[in-house]
Amino acid sequence: MTTVIKAPGEASAERSGGSGRPKEGGNTGSDGMVLNVFSHGFLAVWAILIVLPLIWLALGSFKTDSQIGGSALSWPSNWHFDAFSRAWDKGIGDYFAHTLIVMVFSVPLTMLLGSMAAYVLARYPFPGNRLFYYFFVSGAMFPVFLALVPLFFMVKRLDMLNTYQGLILVYVAYSMPFTVFFMHSFFRTLPTAVHEAAVIDGASDTRIFFQVMLPMAKPGLISVGIFNVLGQWNQYILPSVLMQPQTGSDPERYMLTQGLIQLQYQMGYETDLPVLFAGVTIAMIPMLVVYLSFQRQIQAGLTSATLK
Amino acid sequence: MSQVAQGKGRIGFIAGFLFLPLALYLTFVIWPYIQTFGYSFTNWSGQSPTFDFVGLDNYAALMKDEVFRGALWHNLLLLVFVPTVTILLALFFAFMVNVGGRSGAGGVRGVRGSSVYKIVYFFPQVLSLAILAVLFGAVYRSDEGGLLNGFLTKLGLVDPAHPVEWLNQPNLVVWCLLLVVVWHGVGFYLVLFSAAMQSVPKDIYEAALLDGAGRAQTFLKVTLPLLWDSVQTSAVYLGIAAMDMFVLVSTMTSGQFGGGPDHHSEVMATVLMRNFLYFGKSGYACAMGVVMLVLTMILSIVTLRATRRERIEF
Repeated sequence: MTTVIKAPGEASAERSGGSGRPKEGGNTGSDGMVLNVFSHGFLAVWAILIVLPLIWLALGSFKTDSQIGGSALSWPSNWHFDAFSRAWDKGIGDYFAHTLIVMVFSVPLTMLLGSMAAYVLARYPFPGNRLFYYFFVSGAMFPVFLALVPLFFMVKRLDMLNTYQGLILVYVAYSMPFTVFFMHSFFRTLPTAVHEAAVIDGASDTRIFFQVMLPMAKPGLISVGIFNVLGQWNQYILPSVLMQPQTGSDPERYMLTQGLIQLQYQMGYETDLPVLFAGVTIAMIPMLVVYLSFQRQIQAGLTSATLK
Repeated sequence: MSQVAQGKGRIGFIAGFLFLPLALYLTFVIWPYIQTFGYSFTNWSGQSPTFDFVGLDNYAALMKDEVFRGALWHNLLLLVFVPTVTILLALFFAFMVNVGGRSGAGGVRGVRGSSVYKIVYFFPQVLSLAILAVLFGAVYRSDEGGLLNGFLTKLGLVDPAHPVEWLNQPNLVVWCLLLVVVWHGVGFYLVLFSAAMQSVPKDIYEAALLDGAGRAQTFLKVTLPLLWDSVQTSAVYLGIAAMDMFVLVSTMTSGQFGGGPDHHSEVMATVLMRNFLYFGKSGYACAMGVVMLVLTMILSIVTLRATRRERIEF
């Protein structure tokens, strides 16, 4: 680093000149004002570009089909919620339920199995430890497309195509590399002293893991948990290959993302776009609510998960 | 590593904890990956249990496949533009949010309301790509009902009788898709770069300010070098996303598994899926998977190499 750091005296003299808080005004201040307007201008434009399409789409749920085909900037004429109830009947409710059923099992299972593997690899030296670690982590590097064809036939052979348990196991397996990678680095940072104390108290390895180490790893678990929830909730490729009805009598168990795309095709034919827009709005709202409630943790979780 | 953890009788514990995760991972991830290589040398249809070993025939056919070559070209275009545009915009906004509001002597801080910007910008990141596909399908509608055409018509830039066919124009479609990816990604990388910027000690900025560095200079000489690690990581992530693109292309563009009009938005992933699920050419699809893997590996290594610089400690 070649930045010249000024002598502390000089800098503090400059700073104290503003009596604590720097005032706007003066030479540098007016410069700041102009640039502030400049930065706000750009930032506001991008904010509008993010929000506008979303609001526009939600408003579309209150339009009629012909109004959607007409001018895009028209104000909705019909403030009834019937498009929403029709979208629910068209399957959005079911798609939600299917996705929830899968995730109720897949996320806890991912966290449990991922943490177990990561814990053993992080804290127990044994021959081949590094090898296992790299083996687990390497899976994150490959595009899922590479495995898609054999994966389909593997799940078929296990007779688990279009079943919840099949998709749950596949989700857990594909979330493993990242979960192990992240939790491994987290378990390594936990102090050894606590572990030793527990051993002296006579706790078994399994008990130490569940009652001491896992609770201590809570911040890490939250970060990876968010990552896995978002990743599995938004997964599209795996369900669209693995969750297709196999016979005429096989019920459809579409996930939400898959169902939305299905709805898009269907509504294109039936020319009932308000239903599609309502469906997307319904799918968007829970994510918006969850995000706004936990935005700090979500942002921190995703960024730390990526930067590790 | 814990010394307590060493000792006898732990092999059972270790094996017990590793068994299930490893079994699942081997069955559903590693074994299919390995099989892909094997199948890529066969003419397997996916339907019949029998197939023949055909050597490198699939790879030779890939080289001659016009559609696949076009797809490869589109992936490469996206590979260059997705990371460049997203990272530049994200860096610009991150700098504005974090350092843009500096005023007075010694004060380096974000613009007012910076946390609101961060919340809004990040939102697309929690939406699924399926939602984005439907949303932008509507935005790009080829009549006045599309948000984009609606606006341009209102401004008098587009003749209402001949609106722009965004996703049906051979020379526009890839760029329309690019915009969706950028729209989706900028917020996330802004937050990522912000986190990195905030970990830079304030004194460094203040020192630059006292030395009379302007905003552009501060950015180029101070911020960017300190953020280089994050930029590099982002480039790799965005590059991998640009190699994929399956969801957006297959749902937003015309054709079986997308790729239209007339293969002008084809990417490798859509060609792969069509050959696998539609044409029943599993062996051929596997060969494409292998090519995608090789390209992804090359991409990661080249990006990390090309952008390697001396690491700056602070």
